[in-house]
Amino acid sequence: MIEMVFEILEFGFMQRALIAAVAVAITSSVIGLFLVLRRNSLFGDALSHVAFGGIAVGLVANIYPLWTGMAFSVLGALGIAKLRQSGRIPADATVAILLASGLALGIVLLSGFDERGVDLNSFLFGSILLVSVEDTLAILAMAGAIIAIIILLYRQLMYVTFDEEQAKVSGLQISKLNYLFVVLASVSVIVSMRLVGILLVSALIVIPNITALLFGRGFKKTALISVGMSIFSVVAGITVSYAANLAPAGTIVLMSTAVFLATLAAKHFSRKQTVEKLEAAKS
Amino acid sequence: MQVVEISGLSYAYSGSLVLDGISFSIGEGDLLGMIGPNGAGKTTLFSCMLGLLGGYAGTIKIFGEDIKKDSKALKSIGYIPQKKTIDQNFPATVEEVVSLGITSGRVSTEKIASALDTVGLLAQKDRRVGELSGGQQQRVLIAKALVNDPQLLILDEPATGVDLETQNRFYALLKKLNQEKKITIIWASHDLDAVNRIASSVACINRSMFFHGATHEFFENSDLLKAYSESSMQAHMHLHDH
Repeated sequence: MIEMVFEILEFGFMQRALIAAVAVAITSSVIGLFLVLRRNSLFGDALSHVAFGGIAVGLVANIYPLWTGMAFSVLGALGIAKLRQSGRIPADATVAILLASGLALGIVLLSGFDERGVDLNSFLFGSILLVSVEDTLAILAMAGAIIAIIILLYRQLMYVTFDEEQAKVSGLQISKLNYLFVVLASVSVIVSMRLVGILLVSALIVIPNITALLFGRGFKKTALISVGMSIFSVVAGITVSYAANLAPAGTIVLMSTAVFLATLAAKHFSRKQTVEKLEAAKS
Repeated sequence: MQVVEISGLSYAYSGSLVLDGISFSIGEGDLLGMIGPNGAGKTTLFSCMLGLLGGYAGTIKIFGEDIKKDSKALKSIGYIPQKKTIDQNFPATVEEVVSLGITSGRVSTEKIASALDTVGLLAQKDRRVGELSGGQQQRVLIAKALVNDPQLLILDEPATGVDLETQNRFYALLKKLNQEKKITIIWASHDLDAVNRIASSVACINRSMFFHGATHEFFENSDLLKAYSESSMQAHMHLHDH
């Protein structure tokens, strides 16, 4: 596969695709670790569906759709955070409301929309092979900013994820941190949409982290394992999809799922072996 | 100097008075056992003292500063909440969790090691916190509070639900922190026997202040003890009625 990666790297569009994909892989897995541990795995899904509503507004109003998508995604994220802080609506219900409303807005607005000249599939299923130099630079800039902020606030975010009440007692500005984090998450979702599309964004956020958690290491190590798994999945997914002429987004997600299942099986096997050894030692 | 001075503290949840005119103070080096039946308002009192709840009447001064006007003094408080199980899948190691207690400046591995040594968990520093027993997890939370060099420790029923041996180890640790490290401690507990053995003073609340004074004054006064058990029984029945 490594030879194939070098072979496809000869093409400019593949170079851009792989660079953008690696940036997206790092961003989504880092943001995803905090979301998964806060039991907010579907948050990314809700934001991507709201972004879909925003994209539809952009298409109908003839504004660059990714900007309207980002604006809707950020506003939706802040709305969820505000609703959750009020404590009046259960957290999972806020996600469900946002997810359904965003999708519904997109469907209604696009029902009478002339789709000529607009590739809706690229928003729904991603279009990583079509990223331009400008797109790649924009993705790198956004991903760089997200990663820099996460590194800077790493311990504070970890504290809030571990125990929000104790973090508050220690003097951390919980509300500000939560608002900042949901904004980062929504920008990350928009960045990831170019790679896998609205429908599969949450897979990039959740699967590498669930896989990394199976290793049972520390927080920092889990984050690094997750990033590694995510990069492997996107590079392998793009390479395989190119070689076998498959849809890149689906192949990337299936690759990620395959890594998860392989890790799960390996862990199960190693646990079984440990139990057998212990039983043998007993007898 | 008084470490804590509370006067006329009242707090209501949805119109129902939970704390009613609580007043007391604690001097430096004191180990105050806070007792009271379930629902007496101990956790609400702590939440007010920690700045988690606003909207109360009265004043709370920590190290002479009214926390409503200046919350800086809150940084010198270490807080250990009621025992709660840490998510088994949370990936942080013991060392990583303790490091969270360092809220400003460089993360010092020496300080983390020293805090873990105090609670007897240095050998476990690389283990995931979710793998530890309930009692060990509580000690990790104490180490997290200690790593920030607190001058006041507030513990809210920290030893509830752990086995007797762990409880005794925990009480010995409290004594050590108070006597050797000279940390002022407020400790809420239902274990009257332990409070009698360890605390230097007792505050007994049941919405309002029922008693505040030296430990022996409370435990040697049979009328007070009788009144306390009756009020506890009433609170217990009240909880069951609901």
